[in-house]
Amino acid sequence: MGPVRPWARVYVGCAVLGALLCVSPVPDVRAPMWVVALLAALYALCEQVPRFRHGGRRPPEGMGTFFPVLLAGAFLLPPPAAALVPLPGALLARVAQRPRWLRRSWQAAQLGLAVCAASRVHWALGGRDAVVGPRFPYALVPAGAAVVAFCLVLTALDMGIRALAEGVPVRWGRSLLERSREFGGAWCGLFLRSLGPITVHGLAGLMMAVLWRSPYGPVAALLVLLPMYVSCWVFAQYHRERAAHQATIRALVQAVDIKDGYTRGHSERVGQASMMIARELGMDDDRVEVLRFAGILHDVGKLGVPTRLLRKDGPLTPHERRIIELHPEYGHEMVRGIGFLGEARSAILHHHERLDGSGYPYGLTGPQIPEFARVVAVADAFDAMTSTRSYRRARPVAAALEELERCAGSQFDPAMVRALIGALDRHGWHPAVTSDEVRGNVPPPALPSAGRPTVQPHGGGRT
Amino acid sequence: MTACRLPLVLAHGSAAFLAAGSLALTLWRGLEEPAVALAFGLLVAAGELSRWSGSDEREPAPLGAAGALSYALLGQNAGQPTHHGVPQVVTVVLAAALVGCVPHVARGRGSTADHLTRRLLTVAFAAVCFQPVYHRGESHAWDGPASALLVVTLLVLTALCDAVLAAALAHSRTRWPFGPLLCDELRGRLGIGSAVCATGAVMSPAVAVVGLWALPVFSLPLVLTQLSYRRYAAVRTTYRQTIASLARATEIAGYTPAGHARRVATLSRAVGRDLGLTEPELTVLEYAALMHDIGQLSLVDPVPAGATSTLPAEEQRRIALLGGAVVRQTGVEAEVAVVVERQADPYREQPVSARIVRAVNAYEEMVREEAGPGGPLSALERLRLACARDFEPEVVESLARVLQRDGLTLPAVG
Repeated sequence: MGPVRPWARVYVGCAVLGALLCVSPVPDVRAPMWVVALLAALYALCEQVPRFRHGGRRPPEGMGTFFPVLLAGAFLLPPPAAALVPLPGALLARVAQRPRWLRRSWQAAQLGLAVCAASRVHWALGGRDAVVGPRFPYALVPAGAAVVAFCLVLTALDMGIRALAEGVPVRWGRSLLERSREFGGAWCGLFLRSLGPITVHGLAGLMMAVLWRSPYGPVAALLVLLPMYVSCWVFAQYHRERAAHQATIRALVQAVDIKDGYTRGHSERVGQASMMIARELGMDDDRVEVLRFAGILHDVGKLGVPTRLLRKDGPLTPHERRIIELHPEYGHEMVRGIGFLGEARSAILHHHERLDGSGYPYGLTGPQIPEFARVVAVADAFDAMTSTRSYRRARPVAAALEELERCAGSQFDPAMVRALIGALDRHGWHPAVTSDEVRGNVPPPALPSAGRPTVQPHGGGRT
Repeated sequence: MTACRLPLVLAHGSAAFLAAGSLALTLWRGLEEPAVALAFGLLVAAGELSRWSGSDEREPAPLGAAGALSYALLGQNAGQPTHHGVPQVVTVVLAAALVGCVPHVARGRGSTADHLTRRLLTVAFAAVCFQPVYHRGESHAWDGPASALLVVTLLVLTALCDAVLAAALAHSRTRWPFGPLLCDELRGRLGIGSAVCATGAVMSPAVAVVGLWALPVFSLPLVLTQLSYRRYAAVRTTYRQTIASLARATEIAGYTPAGHARRVATLSRAVGRDLGLTEPELTVLEYAALMHDIGQLSLVDPVPAGATSTLPAEEQRRIALLGGAVVRQTGVEAEVAVVVERQADPYREQPVSARIVRAVNAYEEMVREEAGPGGPLSALERLRLACARDFEPEVVESLARVLQRDGLTLPAVG
């Protein structure tokens, strides 16, 4: 992100002012200050924990903000005192991007406002007595309302800073209604996605508050944090392992691309085109993802073909051609042990089959060819025609589509060709990925898990 | 042989004895507070139903474990003292666990007997330690923070007991060395084990304060942890499969014979276990063994039969360095790349994993060379003769032990 826009600074200033207003009545409120201090210290500690090493490994990134402590504060303390809890932790947090102090104060103000709102709602619904009682199941009602308030405030503030800091393009030609609808849609999505995780954190906060007020005292309350912490930690491990897995697949693909000389980035683009066709056909997300891997890995068997043949200029002898035509089988043999690829494995084996039965390796016809293989065949041919090779220049997209349509029915499945044309009409062809790019085949970020809140304070520098 | 099976028989026997005794006592005396017993029984049964067989996870049913432990450590329900004794705790947990086991037994997955034994013995241990201590002082001697601390201490002790028990059972089943097994078990406690302990420790005070409403509310974080663990394990499995297929690339490209990487990996893991490496070290060893030949992908001409151990030392080292460079690109831990890089060095300069990979690789290639009944023996003899510089004597001896135990057969081609 570039320099911070002036309007964003003003916005942060307003938020800080609001937070200060929330906190200002503290001297007049009768609140147990040791509870405030203990919770604030606990929150600051939780924020710092990711810095330490775990069992000699790298500390997991993105351990998530520790909302249970904040929400326990909101359930235990009157609103102004509760708003104090997040401040030290947020102000001491590690921030990767500059300007650091602006981001820290934004985070502190955002959390302070949200906690204050949650605490106010909880207080108004008589949650305090329900916690001290404890009166179950009634205590769940104010706690639930407080969680919704917390989430609403966080999302609203987040959307505001996003619009201001990233400069959503303001085109006055479009109607205000349309823009507000778009904005509202994004807002709703963000709110609903973060509500689930924050509800879990809210329940943990409620347990902390109840145990804190019970005869067992804060010691028992602290134990509530341990399962939450382990959950976050495992989640971070999951992401680490997943990233490593992506890197391995990327290495596999790079090895093919390097060996094959002229097909730099070809695998990535075939993956992208396969994904577009799959979306156009209305497949569900899991299958789209698998099909993308099928596209990316379709030529992995070329690792088994001698480099000399792959890079040969001029015509191939029949014998050499037969050797090259073994690559789908080599590829299938390689990936056959990878369970999650599922249908993609048959796509790798059959992506050179033709509808009329003149393809290889088995000469399947029509519906005998697996659906995924028919998709990858079209995507492969499309990218082969539209990218520059050592022996010829790239053709324009329109010419390539014409050629595909000509061969539809004999070589390609007409449904897949139509889907590709439809997808290109709608989204255009932007083969921006190259095999050098780090994010090449890293799939879109995982759905938010309930183990970790997804509303990240925008200035938090954790993203 | 009999000495090895002793802990197994002892554990199963005492668990069966305990179960029968508790059941008889409970039937004779009748059930105290049936509502509480039913609620905890349901929780344990639900936890066991969602048990996760077919993986090497330390605690396959965290919810069941936490529910059972918190029932063992329950002294009050919504402010009223409870009266269930040790036999009732064991009986309720036994019944719930048996109900929860039915689908697993029906599908024939997982070792249910060991699982039940561990659950019963640990729960009985916790209940025997807690219930008499808590109920001896008539009035509220153990109220407040002291009670919470007592519960935590007991849970830590229980976890230690469970680790020893699990290691002993695994030792008598697999005959792997006890020390590293215990270390692995203890390390495993830090992850989901600590979450189980903390949930158990929180749940019993919470039920004491809030009543049975606390059960569903407090199980939620643990359920989430379990889900996270499953996803983590799933991606770990996938990752291992991907590494294995990357390793097959050299075989398909015709550089190494089929199944070579897989055999070296399996045998290396067995040797590593015999030498007492821990689980994370074994993972590094396995990945390195799978990818030890990957440097050959960068060669223009294949080495005959992929047998690198007969090449000149300089050439071996060059291929190893090429392999290390490839491994670094694949995003696996840097330690794996180091092992692959150093596999051709003299053993005194190598890390222990690289020594294992080197010896096992050489053995595998030699056995393939001279097929026949005498192959393995003469290969071992040749390794022993080269112990001065190339192979570490201890690793070679361990390899001999492993081969002897497994009847001098190579692991099946995967």
